[in-house]
Amino acid sequence: MDKNINVLIVDDYRTMLRIIRNLLKQLEFNNVDEAVDGQEALAKLRAGNFGLVISDWNMAPMTGLDLLKEVRADQRLKTMPFIMITAESKTENVVAAKQAGVSNYIVKPFNAETLREKIEKVLVHA
Amino acid sequence: MPDGTPQGPEGDRIEATVRAVLTSMAGDLTAKESALLAELEGLGRTIARAKAEIAALKVEDIRDAHIPSATDELDAIVDHTAHATNEILDCCETLEQLQAEISGEAADKLQGAVTRIYEACSFQDITGQRIGKVVTALKAIEGRISAVVSAASGMPGPEPASASPTVPSRDDKRTEGEKLANGPQLPGSGVSQSEIDRLLASFD
Repeated sequence: MDKNINVLIVDDYRTMLRIIRNLLKQLEFNNVDEAVDGQEALAKLRAGNFGLVISDWNMAPMTGLDLLKEVRADQRLKTMPFIMITAESKTENVVAAKQAGVSNYIVKPFNAETLREKIEKVLVHA
Repeated sequence: MPDGTPQGPEGDRIEATVRAVLTSMAGDLTAKESALLAELEGLGRTIARAKAEIAALKVEDIRDAHIPSATDELDAIVDHTAHATNEILDCCETLEQLQAEISGEAADKLQGAVTRIYEACSFQDITGQRIGKVVTALKAIEGRISAVVSAASGMPGPEPASASPTVPSRDDKRTEGEKLANGPQLPGSGVSQSEIDRLLASFD
Protein backbone atom coordinates (compact mmCIF):
# COMPACT_ATOMS: atom_id res chain seq x y z
CA MET A 1 0.00 0.00 0.00
CA ASP A 2 1.52 3.28 -1.15
CA LYS A 3 1.23 5.87 1.62
CA ASN A 4 2.80 8.58 -0.53
CA ILE A 5 -0.34 9.01 -2.59
CA ASN A 6 -2.19 12.32 -2.51
CA VAL A 7 -5.39 12.07 -0.49
CA LEU A 8 -8.27 14.53 -0.84
CA ILE A 9 -10.59 14.84 2.14
CA VAL A 10 -13.93 16.60 1.63
CA ASP A 11 -16.15 17.86 4.44
CA ASP A 12 -18.00 21.09 5.17
CA TYR A 13 -17.06 20.89 8.87
CA ARG A 14 -13.52 22.26 9.28
CA THR A 15 -13.19 20.42 12.56
CA MET A 16 -13.93 17.12 10.84
CA LEU A 17 -11.33 17.87 8.15
CA ARG A 18 -8.81 18.46 10.89
CA ILE A 19 -9.70 15.22 12.71
CA ILE A 20 -9.48 13.11 9.53
CA ARG A 21 -6.23 14.81 8.52
CA ASN A 22 -4.69 14.03 11.92
CA LEU A 23 -5.90 10.43 11.84
CA LEU A 24 -4.42 10.06 8.33
CA LYS A 25 -1.15 11.48 9.63
CA GLN A 26 -1.11 8.79 12.32
CA LEU A 27 -1.58 6.26 9.51
CA GLU A 28 1.43 7.87 7.77
CA PHE A 29 -0.51 9.50 4.96
CA ASN A 30 1.12 12.91 4.89
CA ASN A 31 0.10 14.21 1.45
CA VAL A 32 -3.38 15.40 2.30
CA ASP A 33 -5.40 18.17 0.70
CA GLU A 34 -8.86 19.43 1.70
CA ALA A 35 -12.09 20.69 0.12
CA VAL A 36 -15.26 21.92 1.82
CA ASP A 37 -17.82 20.71 -0.72
CA GLY A 38 -18.17 18.55 -3.81
CA GLN A 39 -17.69 21.37 -6.26
CA GLU A 40 -14.35 22.46 -4.81
CA ALA A 41 -13.31 18.81 -4.55
CA LEU A 42 -14.11 18.13 -8.20
CA ALA A 43 -12.07 21.12 -9.31
CA LYS A 44 -9.10 19.93 -7.23
CA LEU A 45 -9.43 16.36 -8.47
CA ARG A 46 -9.49 17.49 -12.09
CA ALA A 47 -6.51 19.75 -11.59
CA GLY A 48 -4.43 17.45 -9.42
CA ASN A 49 -3.12 13.92 -9.10
CA PHE A 50 -4.89 12.19 -6.25
CA GLY A 51 -4.91 8.52 -5.30
CA LEU A 52 -7.79 8.53 -2.81
CA VAL A 53 -10.88 10.58 -2.00
CA ILE A 54 -12.49 10.54 1.45
CA SER A 55 -15.74 12.48 1.32
CA ASP A 56 -18.65 13.48 3.51
CA TRP A 57 -22.16 13.24 2.01
CA ASN A 58 -24.17 16.19 3.30
CA MET A 59 -22.60 19.30 1.74
CA ALA A 60 -23.73 22.21 -0.42
CA PRO A 61 -23.68 23.15 -3.23
CA MET A 62 -22.56 19.66 -4.27
CA THR A 63 -23.13 16.61 -2.07
CA GLY A 64 -20.71 13.73 -1.67
CA LEU A 65 -22.99 11.42 -3.68
CA ASP A 66 -23.12 13.91 -6.55
CA LEU A 67 -19.33 14.27 -6.35
CA LEU A 68 -18.99 10.50 -6.54
CA LYS A 69 -21.20 10.39 -9.65
CA GLU A 70 -19.11 13.14 -11.28
CA VAL A 71 -15.91 11.26 -10.46
CA ARG A 72 -17.22 8.00 -11.90
CA ALA A 73 -18.37 9.83 -15.04
CA ASP A 74 -14.97 11.42 -15.59
CA GLN A 75 -12.74 9.37 -17.89
CA ARG A 76 -9.56 10.24 -15.98
CA LEU A 77 -10.99 9.92 -12.48
CA LYS A 78 -13.44 7.04 -12.83
CA THR A 79 -11.26 4.41 -11.13
CA MET A 80 -10.32 6.68 -8.21
CA PRO A 81 -10.75 4.94 -4.82
CA PHE A 82 -13.59 6.80 -3.10
CA ILE A 83 -14.55 6.35 0.54
CA MET A 84 -17.69 7.98 1.91
CA ILE A 85 -17.51 9.02 5.57
CA THR A 86 -20.92 10.25 6.61
CA ALA A 87 -23.59 10.44 9.28
CA GLU A 88 -26.09 9.23 6.65
CA SER A 89 -26.82 5.77 7.98
CA LYS A 90 -29.98 4.72 6.20
CA THR A 91 -29.87 1.61 4.06
CA GLU A 92 -31.08 3.64 1.06
CA ASN A 93 -28.02 5.89 1.39
CA VAL A 94 -25.60 2.96 1.42
CA VAL A 95 -27.35 1.36 -1.56
CA ALA A 96 -27.35 4.62 -3.53
CA ALA A 97 -23.65 5.13 -2.82
CA LYS A 98 -22.82 1.57 -3.83
CA GLN A 99 -24.83 1.89 -7.03
CA ALA A 100 -22.95 5.12 -7.78
CA GLY A 101 -19.67 3.25 -7.39
CA VAL A 102 -18.44 4.00 -3.89
CA SER A 103 -15.37 1.99 -2.88
CA ASN A 104 -16.29 1.85 0.79
CA TYR A 105 -18.62 3.50 3.27
CA ILE A 106 -17.92 4.58 6.84
CA VAL A 107 -20.65 5.83 9.13
CA LYS A 108 -19.96 8.62 11.63
CA PRO A 109 -19.00 8.54 14.40
CA PHE A 110 -16.19 6.20 13.39
CA ASN A 111 -12.95 5.05 14.94
CA ALA A 112 -9.39 5.15 13.68
CA GLU A 113 -9.25 1.38 13.22
CA THR A 114 -12.27 1.43 10.88
CA LEU A 115 -10.66 4.20 8.84
CA ARG A 116 -7.37 2.27 8.60
CA GLU A 117 -9.14 -0.95 7.63
CA LYS A 118 -11.26 0.65 4.89
CA ILE A 119 -8.36 2.61 3.41
CA GLU A 120 -6.23 -0.51 3.33
CA LYS A 121 -9.02 -2.45 1.66
CA VAL A 122 -9.69 0.07 -1.10
CA LEU A 123 -6.03 0.75 -1.84
CA VAL A 124 -5.18 -2.95 -2.06
CA HIS A 125 -7.98 -3.37 -4.60
CA ALA A 126 -7.08 -0.18 -6.50
CA MET B 1 -70.21 39.42 25.26
CA PRO B 2 -69.58 38.49 28.89
CA ASP B 3 -69.79 34.71 28.40
CA GLY B 4 -66.58 34.57 26.37
CA THR B 5 -68.16 34.41 22.93
CA PRO B 6 -66.11 35.99 20.21
CA GLN B 7 -65.96 39.71 19.70
CA GLY B 8 -66.18 41.29 16.28
CA PRO B 9 -68.21 40.78 13.15
CA GLU B 10 -67.46 37.07 12.79
CA GLY B 11 -68.82 36.15 16.24
CA ASP B 12 -71.75 38.55 15.88
CA ARG B 13 -72.69 37.06 12.54
CA ILE B 14 -72.69 33.46 13.81
CA GLU B 15 -74.69 34.32 16.93
CA ALA B 16 -77.18 36.44 14.97
CA THR B 17 -77.69 33.64 12.45
CA VAL B 18 -78.30 31.04 15.16
CA ARG B 19 -80.68 33.34 17.07
CA ALA B 20 -82.58 34.09 13.86
CA VAL B 21 -82.98 30.39 13.18
CA LEU B 22 -84.13 29.73 16.76
CA THR B 23 -86.60 32.63 16.70
CA SER B 24 -88.09 31.61 13.40
CA MET B 25 -88.61 28.08 14.65
CA ALA B 26 -89.96 29.02 18.10
CA GLY B 27 -93.04 27.04 18.97
CA ASP B 28 -92.40 24.49 16.22
CA LEU B 29 -89.57 22.63 17.93
CA THR B 30 -89.63 19.52 20.02
CA ALA B 31 -87.53 19.44 23.18
CA LYS B 32 -85.02 17.24 21.42
CA GLU B 33 -84.72 19.65 18.49
CA SER B 34 -84.34 22.61 20.84
CA ALA B 35 -81.52 20.83 22.66
CA LEU B 36 -79.89 20.06 19.33
CA LEU B 37 -80.08 23.68 18.25
CA ALA B 38 -78.67 24.81 21.58
CA GLU B 39 -75.75 22.43 21.06
CA LEU B 40 -75.34 23.87 17.57
CA GLU B 41 -75.26 27.38 18.97
CA GLY B 42 -72.61 26.38 21.49
CA LEU B 43 -70.58 24.74 18.76
CA GLY B 44 -70.79 27.87 16.64
CA ARG B 45 -69.55 29.96 19.56
CA THR B 46 -66.66 27.56 20.20
CA ILE B 47 -65.58 27.63 16.58
CA ALA B 48 -65.80 31.41 16.42
CA ARG B 49 -63.85 31.74 19.68
CA ALA B 50 -61.14 29.38 18.44
CA LYS B 51 -60.84 31.34 15.21
CA ALA B 52 -60.59 34.60 17.14
CA GLU B 53 -57.92 33.19 19.44
CA ILE B 54 -55.87 31.87 16.53
CA ALA B 55 -56.21 35.20 14.73
CA ALA B 56 -55.08 36.99 17.89
CA LEU B 57 -51.86 34.94 18.11
CA LYS B 58 -48.95 37.28 17.82
CA VAL B 59 -47.34 35.41 14.99
CA GLU B 60 -45.00 38.36 14.39
CA ASP B 61 -43.50 37.69 17.83
CA ILE B 62 -42.96 34.06 16.93
CA ARG B 63 -41.41 35.01 13.60
CA ASP B 64 -39.44 38.07 14.71
CA ALA B 65 -38.37 37.11 18.23
CA HIS B 66 -38.93 33.55 19.38
CA ILE B 67 -37.71 31.63 16.32
CA PRO B 68 -34.67 33.88 15.63
CA SER B 69 -33.78 33.77 19.32
CA ALA B 70 -33.98 29.98 19.38
CA THR B 71 -31.95 29.62 16.18
CA ASP B 72 -29.35 32.13 17.44
CA GLU B 73 -28.97 30.13 20.64
CA LEU B 74 -28.55 26.93 18.67
CA ASP B 75 -26.00 28.58 16.36
CA ALA B 76 -24.12 29.74 19.44
CA ILE B 77 -24.03 26.16 20.73
CA VAL B 78 -22.47 25.02 17.45
CA ASP B 79 -19.91 27.87 17.58
CA HIS B 80 -18.97 27.17 21.19
CA THR B 81 -18.60 23.44 20.70
CA ALA B 82 -16.56 24.03 17.53
CA HIS B 83 -14.30 26.41 19.45
CA ALA B 84 -13.90 23.94 22.32
CA THR B 85 -13.23 21.08 19.92
CA ASN B 86 -10.55 23.06 18.12
CA GLU B 87 -8.92 23.84 21.48
CA ILE B 88 -8.87 20.12 22.25
CA LEU B 89 -7.39 19.40 18.82
CA ASP B 90 -4.69 22.04 19.42
CA CYS B 91 -3.75 20.20 22.62
CA CYS B 92 -3.71 16.86 20.82
CA GLU B 93 -1.38 18.21 18.17
CA THR B 94 0.95 19.50 20.89
CA LEU B 95 0.89 16.08 22.55
CA GLU B 96 1.74 14.43 19.24
CA GLN B 97 4.74 16.71 18.86
CA LEU B 98 5.87 15.74 22.37
CA GLN B 99 5.39 12.11 21.48
CA ALA B 100 8.39 12.36 19.14
CA GLU B 101 10.55 13.13 22.18
CA ILE B 102 9.63 9.97 24.03
CA SER B 103 9.72 6.33 22.98
CA GLY B 104 8.56 2.84 23.79
CA GLU B 105 5.41 1.99 25.67
CA ALA B 106 4.83 5.55 26.86
CA ALA B 107 4.84 6.85 23.29
CA ASP B 108 2.39 4.14 22.22
CA LYS B 109 0.08 4.91 25.12
CA LEU B 110 0.20 8.60 24.33
CA GLN B 111 -0.68 7.97 20.70
CA GLY B 112 -3.51 5.67 21.71
CA ALA B 113 -4.96 8.33 23.99
CA VAL B 114 -4.67 11.04 21.36
CA THR B 115 -6.37 8.80 18.80
CA ARG B 116 -9.28 8.25 21.18
CA ILE B 117 -9.61 12.00 21.66
CA TYR B 118 -9.71 12.50 17.88
CA GLU B 119 -12.44 9.88 17.61
CA ALA B 120 -14.44 11.47 20.41
CA CYS B 121 -14.11 14.94 18.89
CA SER B 122 -16.16 13.88 15.88
CA PHE B 123 -19.16 14.47 18.18
CA GLN B 124 -19.00 18.11 17.09
CA ASP B 125 -19.89 17.22 13.52
CA ILE B 126 -22.79 15.01 14.59
CA THR B 127 -24.22 17.55 17.07
CA GLY B 128 -23.84 20.32 14.49
CA GLN B 129 -25.87 18.33 11.98
CA ARG B 130 -28.51 17.46 14.58
CA ILE B 131 -28.86 21.12 15.55
CA GLY B 132 -29.18 22.01 11.87
CA LYS B 133 -32.14 19.63 11.67
CA VAL B 134 -33.75 21.32 14.70
CA VAL B 135 -33.34 24.77 13.11
CA THR B 136 -34.98 23.50 9.93
CA ALA B 137 -37.87 22.10 11.99
CA LEU B 138 -38.31 25.42 13.84
CA LYS B 139 -38.49 27.31 10.57
CA ALA B 140 -41.06 24.84 9.25
CA ILE B 141 -43.17 25.36 12.41
CA GLU B 142 -42.96 29.11 11.89
CA GLY B 143 -44.25 28.73 8.35
CA ARG B 144 -47.13 26.50 9.43
CA ILE B 145 -48.18 28.90 12.21
CA SER B 146 -48.22 31.78 9.74
CA ALA B 147 -50.39 29.76 7.40
CA VAL B 148 -52.89 28.77 10.13
CA VAL B 149 -53.19 32.35 11.41
CA SER B 150 -53.63 33.63 7.90
CA ALA B 151 -56.40 31.11 7.21
CA ALA B 152 -58.18 31.84 10.52
CA SER B 153 -58.05 35.62 10.23
CA GLY B 154 -58.82 35.79 6.55
CA MET B 155 -55.87 38.15 6.23
CA PRO B 156 -52.66 37.40 4.35
CA GLY B 157 -50.13 36.11 6.86
CA PRO B 158 -46.59 37.40 7.25
CA GLU B 159 -43.96 35.84 5.05
CA PRO B 160 -41.87 33.24 6.88
CA ALA B 161 -38.41 34.53 7.87
CA SER B 162 -36.91 31.97 5.54
CA ALA B 163 -38.28 29.26 3.35
CA SER B 164 -37.73 25.77 4.66
CA PRO B 165 -39.54 23.33 2.44
CA THR B 166 -39.57 19.96 4.14
CA VAL B 167 -42.18 18.58 1.81
CA PRO B 168 -40.86 18.20 -1.71
CA SER B 169 -42.66 20.24 -4.30
CA ARG B 170 -44.00 18.70 -7.47
CA ASP B 171 -41.12 20.13 -9.51
CA ASP B 172 -38.45 19.02 -7.04
CA LYS B 173 -35.16 19.74 -8.78
CA ARG B 174 -32.93 18.43 -6.00
CA THR B 175 -30.25 15.93 -6.94
CA GLU B 176 -30.35 12.37 -5.59
CA GLY B 177 -27.59 13.30 -3.16
CA GLU B 178 -29.64 16.21 -1.79
CA LYS B 179 -32.84 14.17 -1.57
CA LEU B 180 -31.10 11.45 0.42
CA ALA B 181 -29.28 13.88 2.76
CA ASN B 182 -31.17 13.33 5.99
CA GLY B 183 -28.40 13.86 8.52
CA PRO B 184 -27.70 11.66 11.52
CA GLN B 185 -30.32 9.14 12.56
CA LEU B 186 -31.43 8.68 16.14
CA PRO B 187 -29.75 5.81 18.00
CA GLY B 188 -31.22 2.55 16.81
CA SER B 189 -32.72 4.06 13.64
CA GLY B 190 -29.78 3.86 11.24
CA VAL B 191 -27.67 0.91 10.20
CA SER B 192 -24.44 0.12 12.03
CA GLN B 193 -20.99 -0.10 10.47
CA SER B 194 -21.10 -3.91 10.57
CA GLU B 195 -24.51 -3.90 8.84
CA ILE B 196 -23.13 -1.52 6.21
CA ASP B 197 -20.16 -3.82 5.67
CA ARG B 198 -22.50 -6.79 5.17
CA LEU B 199 -24.69 -4.77 2.82
CA LEU B 200 -21.72 -3.69 0.70
CA ALA B 201 -20.39 -7.25 0.63
CA SER B 202 -23.74 -8.48 -0.69
CA PHE B 203 -23.12 -6.47 -3.88
CA ASP B 204 -19.83 -8.30 -4.60
